[in-house]
Amino acid sequence: MTAAPVRESAVILPLELRQVARRFGRRWALRGVNLQVQPGEVVAVTGANGSGKSTLLRVASTAVTITAGNGSVFGHDLRRRPASVRPLVGLLGHAPGLYDDLTVAENLEFAARMLALGSPGGAISRALELCGLSAHAGERVRTLSSGWQRRVSLARLWMQTPKLLLLDEPYNSFDDEGVAIVNRLIEEARKRGGAALLVTHSLAQAAAIMDRRVTLRHGVIEEGLLPQLHDAPASHDGARSAARRVAGAQATLELS
Amino acid sequence: MTWRAEAGRVGAIAWKDLTAERRTKANFNAVAFLGMLVLLLFGFALGPDTATVRGVAPGIFWLAVLFSGVLAFNRSYQLELEGGALESLLLYPGERWTIFAGKLLANLAFLLLVEVVIVPVAVVLYQLAVPEQWPRLLLVLFLGTVGFATLGTFYAAMASRSRAREVLLPLLLFPMLVPLLIAAAEASAALLEGDPMGNAGTWIRLLLAFDVVFLASAILAFEHVIEV
Repeated sequence: MTAAPVRESAVILPLELRQVARRFGRRWALRGVNLQVQPGEVVAVTGANGSGKSTLLRVASTAVTITAGNGSVFGHDLRRRPASVRPLVGLLGHAPGLYDDLTVAENLEFAARMLALGSPGGAISRALELCGLSAHAGERVRTLSSGWQRRVSLARLWMQTPKLLLLDEPYNSFDDEGVAIVNRLIEEARKRGGAALLVTHSLAQAAAIMDRRVTLRHGVIEEGLLPQLHDAPASHDGARSAARRVAGAQATLELS
Repeated sequence: MTWRAEAGRVGAIAWKDLTAERRTKANFNAVAFLGMLVLLLFGFALGPDTATVRGVAPGIFWLAVLFSGVLAFNRSYQLELEGGALESLLLYPGERWTIFAGKLLANLAFLLLVEVVIVPVAVVLYQLAVPEQWPRLLLVLFLGTVGFATLGTFYAAMASRSRAREVLLPLLLFPMLVPLLIAAAEASAALLEGDPMGNAGTWIRLLLAFDVVFLASAILAFEHVIEV
């Protein structure tokens, strides 16, 4: 007796983006991105500076709204139900997102209260310990180095236990111990049936943990570019022309 | 449970803002000093005629609160922008109005503390007598401050994304405060004179109406203002 095949539509994807575009003023940061992240998958996003990598993470986290296209996180619509998406995602951005005049413990206490955690004291102690911050709990964030500040941001993510991790250059400013903490955080999310999308230039550090890599170029994902050309919405002239330029460049490379 | 969580978030934001302010005290000192300075400068400009000074004292007091309070509102969001904390704040679960409510609570507490410092200065400087109806005067002070803090917190959020926020905030805020300023100054003046015409109640009701309308509108519109 064979098991009934699972239809692809039955799988609730941690992240699905469909023709997502985002414009800042007159500049298109994303020009029609299609991306699916499967449960348990760790996807590294690479690309040159200004290619839209950070915007991609911010869009997926609901930190910025989508200009065109749509997407979902664990089935929750990014445009229509951002409030349902937020408890599921954890974003580690470029900036630590901390309050300089509060201590490390106070920053985590604030996060615990915002997350409405049942037993904040235990969660804070555990996060401090996991990130090697116990000795710095009483110090003001202003006095810490950038590496330690990033660890406080990581500790906040530990407390949140998000199902979808969105990490922007997660290995920056970290020593080997910090890198191990990042990778452990990703593994924990994976074990919970979650996934991770990480923007990184340090593929060597991510190699142990990532499943695949996608590359952004001028706001579009290079893989799978050609089939999307005809599906691009009429309003995305910029996206289409950028896609044609990339396609042209690919064709030229093949000819040469 | 949800309302309890939302109330917890409001409290957390207010606690965080006030704790940061308590650590540095930079903002409180600047705002209180500017308030006292405005009172002093108007005193010099109006001259030594006690009757004239007493007559315009309520209006000058509220102007001092307005001018100095603008600094507090700017600082309130500066705190979020410094370490990129605004984005983290917006990504916490829960309703966005809780951010507004938390900041409003912190700004209100801050302004009331500033008033504790500048009210005695105004009383001494303008030789004001404490009226019999002082509880009603305190009510006017509270309602006027609530309205001011509500609009200030809302427009500071709107201006926070702009590079010219320090200039933009008073330009947006002050025109909207005109009805509140008139009602607060008229109610204060009537009560300081013993309310001989019995019109203080009308101004107080007007203040209350402004507060309710401003508060409801700000809570409803905040999500759209703070969205990127």
